[in-house]
Amino acid sequence: MIPFVIDGQPVEGREDGNLLEVALDSGIEISHLCYNESVKPYGACRLCLVEVVRNGRSRMTTACTYPVIEGIEVLTRTEKVLRARRMIIELILAMCPGDKLIQDMARKMGVHEVRFKKEDKDCILCGLCGRVCDEVVGAHAIQFAFRGDRKEMIPPFGGEAMNCIACGACVIVCPVDVIRMEEEGDERTIIRWKRTLKMKQCKICGNYFAPWFQLEKFKEQVKLPKEFFDVCYTCRT
Amino acid sequence: MTYEEIDSIIERYHGKESAILAILQDIQAKEKYLPKETLEHLGERLHIPSSKIYRIATFFRAFSLMPRGRHEIIVCLGTACHVRGGQRVIDQFTMELGIRSGETTPDRNFTLETVNCLGVCAAGPVVAIDGQYFGKMSSTKVEETLKKFRPGKKEGTNGKD
Amino acid sequence: MGKISSPQELERYQNEILSKRDPHQPCVTVCGGTGCHASGCHQVIDAFRKVLQDHSQGNGINIRVTGCHGFCERGPLVVIYPQKILYQRVKPEDARTIFEETVLNGKVIESLLYDHPTTGTRIVHEEEVPFYQKQMRIIFGNNGNIDPTRIEDYLAVGGYRALSKALFSMTPEEIIREVKKANLRGRGGGGFPAGVKWETCKKAPGDIKYVICNADEGDPGAYMDRSLLEGNPHSVLEGMIIGAYAIGSHEGYVYVRNEYPLAVVNIGIAIQQDRELGLLGENILGSKFDFDVQISRGGGAFVCGESTALMASLEGNVGEPRAKHIHTVVSGLWDRPSNLNNVETWANVPVIIERGADRYTQIGTEGSKGTKIFSLVGKVNNTGLVEVPMGITLREIVYDIGGGIPGGKKFKAVQTGGPSGGCIPESLINLPVDFDRLTEVGSMMGSGGMIVMDESTCMVDVAKYFTNFLKDESCGKCTSCREGTKRMHEILTEITEGRGKPEHIDLLEELGWVTAETSLCGLGQTAPNPVLSTIRYFRDEYREHIINKRCPAKVCRVLLRYRILSDVCTRCGRCAKVCPVKAITGKKKTKKEAGEPFQIDTEKCIKCGMCFETCKFEAVEVQ
Repeated sequence: MIPFVIDGQPVEGREDGNLLEVALDSGIEISHLCYNESVKPYGACRLCLVEVVRNGRSRMTTACTYPVIEGIEVLTRTEKVLRARRMIIELILAMCPGDKLIQDMARKMGVHEVRFKKEDKDCILCGLCGRVCDEVVGAHAIQFAFRGDRKEMIPPFGGEAMNCIACGACVIVCPVDVIRMEEEGDERTIIRWKRTLKMKQCKICGNYFAPWFQLEKFKEQVKLPKEFFDVCYTCRT
Repeated sequence: MTYEEIDSIIERYHGKESAILAILQDIQAKEKYLPKETLEHLGERLHIPSSKIYRIATFFRAFSLMPRGRHEIIVCLGTACHVRGGQRVIDQFTMELGIRSGETTPDRNFTLETVNCLGVCAAGPVVAIDGQYFGKMSSTKVEETLKKFRPGKKEGTNGKD
Repeated sequence: MGKISSPQELERYQNEILSKRDPHQPCVTVCGGTGCHASGCHQVIDAFRKVLQDHSQGNGINIRVTGCHGFCERGPLVVIYPQKILYQRVKPEDARTIFEETVLNGKVIESLLYDHPTTGTRIVHEEEVPFYQKQMRIIFGNNGNIDPTRIEDYLAVGGYRALSKALFSMTPEEIIREVKKANLRGRGGGGFPAGVKWETCKKAPGDIKYVICNADEGDPGAYMDRSLLEGNPHSVLEGMIIGAYAIGSHEGYVYVRNEYPLAVVNIGIAIQQDRELGLLGENILGSKFDFDVQISRGGGAFVCGESTALMASLEGNVGEPRAKHIHTVVSGLWDRPSNLNNVETWANVPVIIERGADRYTQIGTEGSKGTKIFSLVGKVNNTGLVEVPMGITLREIVYDIGGGIPGGKKFKAVQTGGPSGGCIPESLINLPVDFDRLTEVGSMMGSGGMIVMDESTCMVDVAKYFTNFLKDESCGKCTSCREGTKRMHEILTEITEGRGKPEHIDLLEELGWVTAETSLCGLGQTAPNPVLSTIRYFRDEYREHIINKRCPAKVCRVLLRYRILSDVCTRCGRCAKVCPVKAITGKKKTKKEAGEPFQIDTEKCIKCGMCFETCKFEAVEVQ
């Protein structure tokens, strides 16, 4: 474990770790949006800015992408960092003025007005849904398309996400809660990806527990007896 | 494009996944756009998920997912051309054709594009139509230049195929 | 000629080539560079070919299509050897006359010579033309002497001697020492010392290392790399092979933007020729060193000029940069040590090795050694590509080489460094051009774009133009750059369309600060430069737009007022015809009637400027 300091507090991080994960583990709050410990750090939202002092030189950088290095001093609440974070949240708020989480974050940071023309987007382009779908779930159903301010997270060719297994991981991981999942009767829909799948019933309790499509995909990948895929998690245990 | 043709392009690059950009460029050069079925076939062959192929196809300006027009009009947006009044030239093309940069006319005759520097700064503002350069363009010359490529007239005067 | 397997064999082959060349034999060289291409050099070449074919004395006379000579303003350019007579603005019809008079009879055709803009004197020889006099064409000069598709031409001017020296008389450490001593700084814009980069890469752990040539020249208005790759691809390859040997790399890539098809072709030919002669591949020149190069084409994304984005693209991903806390020289392409340098940087390497660092460093300033190729364009008389020693002043470039501003207009500013750079005003015209001085004044060297602007250029419009470019080219990954460029452009649009507010300037500066300080990569980090530098030096022009809703340079359409001067109007009616919204009324002058002066209805006027451009009598006034 590698020792260094955050806001005067001695901390330790593993060799290939990053500053943000160490801070959060040590109970030090650094605002963040696009970071999630289940996926590789991305560095998109720019909210987790900190100042790092190394070899006498200081630079402002994102904590999630900066490696753990012995002896560095990390400062999470300098004037410069706070000023930068305020502008970043203002820019995100201007993009997505209706997002409650962003509104709350902005208020907490002391940002009360948006000096730019408000757009009406809801997605903050953190990429977490796509990253989780790629790195954790492996369904690769959605990813970013286009670039610049036309960038958006969509299924290939727009339309329905044909590789989506409706597992709901994206729903859980979205920091601004704009991916919704609905269940009605024997159907589950991930609304944002226009994906509706028929659900399979548990042989024991009769509840709809997982989409057929999802179970078929798992069957291809995982060597398990057939019965596993006929019974829901609760009944299996 | 037939699957055999696609497969032979893939073969040219030894089926390497990292050659996806080059493969897409070869397809774009031949077909003038990237048909959806072609991209899906590519994904299967190279074991690249369609979400990644779509991401790549929409990120780079070299690729078009819609068929291009018969004639490609490229207006140089380089700084030198801009400073010599390039903006008026594009605006005039937009007015004449009713389309903006990146779009194709409904009759599929013209696609209007802008590019950042054709490298012909001395003759700016410059417009390239089907590879033929027109230097010292001005908004007043747009209509007569377009006439050379409008349907009804002999297709272009550049002597190319 | 099979593979050359020793330095002695190389020397023998070079001598053999030279012995077959008669320096006194007449030769017609035509510049085949992009600028001349657009001016129709291919018709000129075809015309010469036909003349030589048809003419009884055409046999034995060579035509050489060369790389770019740099004087693009005056193309198509033809140089007749052995006298080195320069003809400019040559038309296909001139081919026969040139052949009969100059090639056969040694007579000079006055009308095709370069004419001095002020004295009017005709200048015969290329070196005496003012455009070339203050240049130092160490890297670019050979373009005019070689056909880029013939390796024999490159060998004839001493090509690959540096490689021979490097492989057989120097160790990799000595090569790196020499490059460090020469203080070769990256010519792509960063200005980072190449020798230090090479050394770090060499020392990085790992057996597999890559050398990469960044030919993704994306700055609008810059085409130096293009002309080097098209005109002298071997010079770049030679540099890469030397670098690979020094670093310990066996695999190289040339990443060329896909908008440069001729460059892709010519470098492909060069690579093939190198392989045939044993200059690439296994056991180069018998040295036991293996190295080969692949070409990779860009996909039309400016951001791929950034090293991590370029490498992502090489790996088959989108060109999204990543944080660079661990440098690409240690972990780059496929997480392996990768040394990336710009085209011009690589082309400097053979010169440094052959001449030695001591001689190389005699040119330039303390911090910036050697020369730099600039693309001198915009409102300047002699547009083209120029190579000058570091330390030359902007004044010398714009006036002595560039010939000053056309139409007698007043110089306003020079934009250097493209979209990542800034503008330099008249007050700093005596600034010596070097990496550090340019950065000090709020601009940067960049890749070498030098755009001259005059009194009819609106600096707010320039800022808007660059910001628009960056907004389109931003990969969109990080909030700072994506939103920052978008909002800066939004505010600049407000200002140029008459909706500017006093607080906008401060807001632009604040946006600029956060975009520069918090963006993930160089594109975003330098994106505010055009805005901030124009505010720094032309604040009054911004104020004029915001407070008085006026554009002094008469560029910002919405702020213009078009008026027809009734006492100048000849009543020809042309303006009314071209007006797209029928805002102009009047009575045409006919044989019977005197007509009435035409007038513009300002309510309907959309300020497109067609009337102004059409009127042959200057009766349309723009305010």
